[in-house]
Amino acid sequence: MAAEPQILSSSDGAADPPASLLAMESLEEIKARAEAAVPGAKIDIVPNPGPANQPSLLIDNGHAAAIARFLRDDPALRLDFCSNATGVDWLERTAKKTVKVKKMIDGVEKDVDEATEEKIPGYLEAVYHLYSIALKHGPVIIRMRTADRAEGTRLPSLTPVYRSAEFQEREIFDLYGIRLDGHPDLRRILMWDEFKDYPMRKDYREPDDYEFEPTPHDEVLEKARKHYSPRPQLDGAENITPRNEAETR
Amino acid sequence: MTEQIDEGLRSELQRQGIWVTSMQELYNWGRQNSIWPLQFGLACCAIEMIATAASRYDIARFGGEIFRPSPRQADLMIVAGTVTKKMAPQIVRLYNQMPDPKYVISMGACAISGGPFKQGYNVLKGIDRYIPVDVYIPGCPPRPEALLHAFMELQRKIDSQKLTGTSKAEHLDPTQPSEFPVPAFGAHDLEPPANPDVFHPLKIERQS
Ligand code: SF4
Repeated sequence: MAAEPQILSSSDGAADPPASLLAMESLEEIKARAEAAVPGAKIDIVPNPGPANQPSLLIDNGHAAAIARFLRDDPALRLDFCSNATGVDWLERTAKKTVKVKKMIDGVEKDVDEATEEKIPGYLEAVYHLYSIALKHGPVIIRMRTADRAEGTRLPSLTPVYRSAEFQEREIFDLYGIRLDGHPDLRRILMWDEFKDYPMRKDYREPDDYEFEPTPHDEVLEKARKHYSPRPQLDGAENITPRNEAETR
Repeated sequence: MTEQIDEGLRSELQRQGIWVTSMQELYNWGRQNSIWPLQFGLACCAIEMIATAASRYDIARFGGEIFRPSPRQADLMIVAGTVTKKMAPQIVRLYNQMPDPKYVISMGACAISGGPFKQGYNVLKGIDRYIPVDVYIPGCPPRPEALLHAFMELQRKIDSQKLTGTSKAEHLDPTQPSEFPVPAFGAHDLEPPANPDVFHPLKIERQS
């Protein structure tokens, strides 16, 4: 028997697909309805230009659980399955912008391009991919942002809404150090309890714990250079800091 | 000592139905043909170890089929797979719980050196940092034939072990340790990252 083609969009010209297989409403519509359903909620659409083209909803932390509950229970959405939860680390960065400003030059007003630099402080994000098994659509991607990367790394947990997020939220906590309030059992899951670092953060430095690397290149070559004491008779070797074995042990 | 018996005389006697042997030979013969491995696997390499124990490759042909689920009954530890830092203390503890004489086969790139995960923060770069290894098998994963080869190498090693004298087997020498310190979970890494009494890495000097 030939497999029935899955019709996910009504523009295929196929004759009247069942309502449940119709394309999901657009992110703008979801945002508008969610904001209407959860009073006080604030949702932004984060564009993701690029081949994946998966824009996401940035939901505000105060209403995160309520918004997630709306996405799960709304009859037109029924996003009943959280397939993936993960973290993202955004270091502090500067965005360069050119703005046209009016300036007086030699007594004449002119439009001048002025480059401005905007400092965007670092933050951590938790990202959830939601699908509907009942209505066979998705994903809707939601994300939450922490205030910063140091002190304010707290976010509300979505485990009370999506039970399947429990272990993955523990992984977010383990590897990114985001404390998820409301999680029933927030412990490290991959690393041991005594571990102090958050290895998936971009500024994490792993221990220098291996002796030799047969085929180093690029970054690893740099590491190997640092690791090994250079031969003193070589030119330029004195510029490479020898590693003090006793210090790191 | 069989070394003191003339080989020609020995085979002549054997032809007449008289078998001359020594305690050492008998003891090693018994040990090498009944090696009970500890039953545990760590990653993909364990699948090859399982294949080695199953009907097609059949490690039972060499006397190694009785995988024991308890370290107290095992002679051989086959470290088959990736040893994460979180797992390493448990491996060392299991090794310590095995009775002497005990042997270790380090199977696959991961167990030797960390393999494809060498540059990761969470993988131990070789189990020989904490316990002595008798046979290393390179490969990712090594085929069952390679494990059989390692097993036969180990049998050769057992066969050559002396019961007496200055070069007698380690397990008969009371000055040799049979247990090794279990590393502790530290704030950034295992503590210590390697046991200097066991681990003697190659010294490499890099030119550039
Ligand atoms: S050596 Fe290769 S096959 Fe074996 S455990 Fe490591 S990654 Fe898996």
